[in-house]
Amino acid sequence: MTVPLLYALAGTVLCGIGLLGLLWLSHLLRKLLAFNILGSGVFLVLVGLPQHQGGPDPVPQALVLTGIVVAIAATALAVVLIRRYYHLSGMTSLEDEPPARKGGRQ
Amino acid sequence: MMMGRMRTGLIVLACLVVTGVLASSIWTIAGNPAPVDLPRMLSENLERSGVEHPVTAVLLNFRSYDTLLEIGVLVIAGIAGISMAETTARADPNLRTGDTLLYALQRWFVPLMLVLAGYLLWAGADRPGGAFQAGAVLAAMGVLLRLGGTPMTFLRPGLLLRLGLITGFTVFLLVAVASAIAGEAFLAYPPALTRPLIVIIETTLTLSIAMVLLALFVSAPVNDAEDPDEGSPT
Repeated sequence: MTVPLLYALAGTVLCGIGLLGLLWLSHLLRKLLAFNILGSGVFLVLVGLPQHQGGPDPVPQALVLTGIVVAIAATALAVVLIRRYYHLSGMTSLEDEPPARKGGRQ
Repeated sequence: MMMGRMRTGLIVLACLVVTGVLASSIWTIAGNPAPVDLPRMLSENLERSGVEHPVTAVLLNFRSYDTLLEIGVLVIAGIAGISMAETTARADPNLRTGDTLLYALQRWFVPLMLVLAGYLLWAGADRPGGAFQAGAVLAAMGVLLRLGGTPMTFLRPGLLLRLGLITGFTVFLLVAVASAIAGEAFLAYPPALTRPLIVIIETTLTLSIAMVLLALFVSAPVNDAEDPDEGSPT
C-alpha cells in the first residue's frame, strides 16, 4: 500500500459517492455537483494508479489536465442549460411529481 | 413511501457494488507491473519534442491529437453556451457593484494576473505550466473584471467573439494540415520548427481557452424582470 495507491482507492470512493448523488438526488444542480465529484474520482484513479506502478507518469497527467478544462467547460454549459430549463419550466428537477426529500423542489 | 425506500436501498446497494468492483479491480491492476514503461519511453524521446517539460511534451507533441480534439470540444461548448444566452444590456446594472473591496482587488489583481498568465504560458516549456493554466488564469481575470461591471464589449456576439473562440483551434488545425501536406504525418511538426510552432499554438490556445471559459461565464442567462427569481416559490 503506497500513497498513490491510496489516492486511486480514494478516487473509487469518490466515484461511488458521485454515482450515489447522481442517481439519488433530484435537484439538477445537485446532480451536476455529484457528476463533478464522479469526474474527480476518475481523475484521481487516472493519476494515482500509474504513479503507484512506476513513478509519476506524464501521459495520464496530461490527459487529466485536458480533462479538467473540458470538465469546467462542460459544467459551465450544464449550468447555462439548467438555468434555461428553470426559466422555461419553473422546475429544478426532471421529475414531474414533487419529490418528498429536501433536495428537490418543494 | 415503501417504493421510495426500496428505490433508495437499491441505489445505495448498486453504488456500493460498483465501488467495490472498481476498488478490487484497481487493487488487482496495482499488484501487477505496468505493461509499458511510458515514463521511460517519454524521457528517452524528450529531446525530440522541442520542450523540456514532459507534460507539455505529451500535450503538444506526442499526444497533440487529443489536445486538438479537446480544444474542439471547448469551442463547441462555448458556442452552445452562447447560443443559450439572452443578450442583456451592455453594462448590466445587476452586475455593477459599488464594492470597494472588489475595486481594490481589481486594481491589484488584474495586472498581476496578466503577468502570471504570461509567465505560466512561457514556463510551460520546462516546468509545470502551459496553455491550460494560463488560459484559466486569464479567464479568472475576466470573471473578476465582469464582477466589477466592466462592459466587455468584445464578448457580445460578433466578429471579435467568433475570432477569439476559433483562433486556437484554427491555428492548431492549420499546423496539422500543413505538416500533413508537407509530407510528414498529420500533426507531425517539422523537426527544425518544433519549438516555435509549439509556442505559437500554446499562445493562441491560451487566448481561446480563456475566451471560451469567460464567454460561458458571461453568457449565463440573466434573470428577466418578468421571470421568477431563483429560489422564490413559483
